Amino acid sequence: MSATATIERAPAAVGAAPPLLEIEGVVKAFPGVVALDHVGFRLRAGTVHALMGENGAGKSTLMKIIAGIYVPDEGHLKVKGRPLVLHGPLDALNNGIAMIHQELNLMPFMTVAENIWIRREPLSRFGFVDHGELKRSTQALFDRLAIDIDPEAEVRSLSIANRQMVEIAKAVSFDSDVLIMDEPTSALTDKEVDHLFRIIRQLREQGKGIVYITHKMNELFEIADEVSVFRDGKYIATKPAGEVTRDEIIHMMVGREITQMFPKEVVPIGAVVLAVKDLAVNGIFSGVSFELRAGEILGLAGLVGSGRSNVAEALFGVVPATGGEIRIDGERVVVNSPAVAMGHGMAFLTEDRKDTGCFQLLDVLSNMDMAVLSQRYVKFGFVQRGALERDCEEMSRKLRVKTPGMNEIIQNLSGGNQQKVLIGRWLLTQPKVLILDEPTRGIDVGAKAEIHRLVTQLAGQGVAVLMISSEMPEVLGMSDRVMVMHEGRMTGIVDRKDADQVRIMELASH
Amino acid sequence: MALIQQSVGAQSMTFKPARRKWPPELSIFLVLVGISLFFEVIGWVLNGQSFIFNIERLQIIILQMAVIGIIAVGVNLVIITSGIDLSSGSVVAVAAVVSASLAQVSDFPRAVFPTLTDLPVIWPIIAGVTAGFVIGLINGSLIAYTAIPPFIATLGTMVAARGFAKWFTGAMPVSMLTDNFAWIGSGANPVVIFLVLAAIFHVVLRYTRFGKFTYAIGANRQAAIVSGINVQRHLIWIYTIAGLLSGIAGTVTAARAISGQSGMGVMYELDAIAAVVIGGTSLAGGVGRVTGTVIGVLILGVMTSGFTFIRIDAFYQEMVKGVIIVAAVVADMYRQRKRRS
Repeated sequence: MSATATIERAPAAVGAAPPLLEIEGVVKAFPGVVALDHVGFRLRAGTVHALMGENGAGKSTLMKIIAGIYVPDEGHLKVKGRPLVLHGPLDALNNGIAMIHQELNLMPFMTVAENIWIRREPLSRFGFVDHGELKRSTQALFDRLAIDIDPEAEVRSLSIANRQMVEIAKAVSFDSDVLIMDEPTSALTDKEVDHLFRIIRQLREQGKGIVYITHKMNELFEIADEVSVFRDGKYIATKPAGEVTRDEIIHMMVGREITQMFPKEVVPIGAVVLAVKDLAVNGIFSGVSFELRAGEILGLAGLVGSGRSNVAEALFGVVPATGGEIRIDGERVVVNSPAVAMGHGMAFLTEDRKDTGCFQLLDVLSNMDMAVLSQRYVKFGFVQRGALERDCEEMSRKLRVKTPGMNEIIQNLSGGNQQKVLIGRWLLTQPKVLILDEPTRGIDVGAKAEIHRLVTQLAGQGVAVLMISSEMPEVLGMSDRVMVMHEGRMTGIVDRKDADQVRIMELASH
Repeated sequence: MALIQQSVGAQSMTFKPARRKWPPELSIFLVLVGISLFFEVIGWVLNGQSFIFNIERLQIIILQMAVIGIIAVGVNLVIITSGIDLSSGSVVAVAAVVSASLAQVSDFPRAVFPTLTDLPVIWPIIAGVTAGFVIGLINGSLIAYTAIPPFIATLGTMVAARGFAKWFTGAMPVSMLTDNFAWIGSGANPVVIFLVLAAIFHVVLRYTRFGKFTYAIGANRQAAIVSGINVQRHLIWIYTIAGLLSGIAGTVTAARAISGQSGMGVMYELDAIAAVVIGGTSLAGGVGRVTGTVIGVLILGVMTSGFTFIRIDAFYQEMVKGVIIVAAVVADMYRQRKRRS
């Protein structure tokens, strides 16, 4: 049914020509999570095919499989009807699949031309790089794409937008049939986006297929021919972009049932503990204001990159705020380091367990006691091991940490148990305000439910909880209110009774 | 609720059984024993005498290594925080010449400070230790506040401190020192100083908050910051302690030689780093114990002495030492990889 719409727009695909790219029954699992569950996807020549889905829906994994970065556990991939197994990104390139990465992959100290033709440099008779030819071919490429960048400029002197353009030119230079673009407009201004879209239309006319990943609805309707929606690692549907509405797409993206796995209890809400007004960090986010009461769980939703985690880091003094004010129990405080935040009764479970949470080589005890040692269990510099070990053991029993012993190295524990140890680290400090950033990311369902139960219990004991989460059911199931952010701004706070997925997705994708 | 019960059951299957744990020093201790036995056997074959059961030789081994050992105790702290200190050897020289300059006898006509001779022994000691303290403080401040890599910061002070020592003495030895000062380096005193310092820092690392924070910073600096640890202040302390210990080592060196020279301590930093790494401290940070470092120091000492004992040329000694240092680091990386997998 989608074929008619596409064919009208892309005469190159007329007839029985096989799709440029075809994926069937692809499964990819990571420890603890099935990222893709029997997913299929087709890309026709001369079309722009948008992939939509929430964070964690499996778009990025699918893309990395197409680009040869991941090898699927099951299923297969066909390029122009020919089955293919890709061994790495280079292999994908050689088979006409190029990817433009979200995080830029250019070498800052080399020139634009060198970056574009790296490993493919034109050589002179003596085997040296022919810089004249290098410059000419780059200029020709840029002329074709109407890009105005000096081929001999060093990449580090370019703006982010220009670097993005270089990335795109580089991908085009491979003359690939399939181009994968992962949120290419995230760093571009409106004018630059227009330019990018002109390039994309030009490529489409040449019969290329473009996989376009985006969170932005308006882009979808402007540039895409077809849209495929993914949810929780599953393929949901493919529709011609002209035949769906924004609301339909949102419903496809979030349309799962919320199971009653969230043991939300109604607890008495107390006085305002944390009040934030116009909080800002220069260039990252601004205008964040909210109040958090004892016993309340405030969910913080928004897409990755919306500034959610930055708000948490500013509150806790990891990257101190550059504007606005923070009040704790009505008193204005300046939080310029985590130690200060802890002194005011705050605790912060970070998003990235591996990078900013665990001390990987240390044991469970050390991982649990490291924060509280700044406050208690120390006399004349000496750690009071008896009391400390007793309380840590009790904490791990209470949190049901599964470990052979307190002196087990933490990396030998499962993700869920590591997370419990880190939660224990903060509970030992007896916080008034608990900031949780993705508290259940990458852990299995059972541990997840336990952590949800625990957070609810803590709220019942009067702890004020700010919980950042990408998982819509978690946010909706746990929170008393939900604050939503989009591109560094707060777009709204929704009460529990008014909060549903569609409402929040709307605020999050504006 | 049913869900929770079920999941607990499922999780418990993924338990790893508690493994039996050897003290981590056991393997390097066995290396020490192995190397000693090797020289013992060779000794009987070539020289017809025992290598180990020779009190005099044992004394020499321990005495030779005491100075390196004192430095290594500080370098161990630095490496546990995943840093490095290249300035130790130069600090030894500065501390040696500074302390010696305040320990000269009054009947020596060419004293550095002709008015400051025959001072009580406490003054040269304070001067030597303070010199180390100051250089360490400079290292620490550079690393904590300018965020330049420790390798570069301490490379700078290494060169500058050596230059200072040469300028201070005009490249001449500072000699004719008091008997009281010389006493510090006599007999078993350097060994006693080494063992006392090793014991102190063993306790610091294992039983104090300072020790726990040291491991935390080395294991994951970012997590340490988020846990409320003042990482900058802590690093300044670490490098200051390392400098101070090198200062003590320099003072002991001057006392033992009864002379302070700007050429003292050359390459000591490398011996100290080698001893620490051989002793099981990971260059990646977060892992390491003083007991390991002491064994590492002994391994270096036994090797030096053993090669001399079986009359292998000093040139070969250095080559073999280089191989062993690299081997220790490779072994460390292998251990890391095994931990990660």
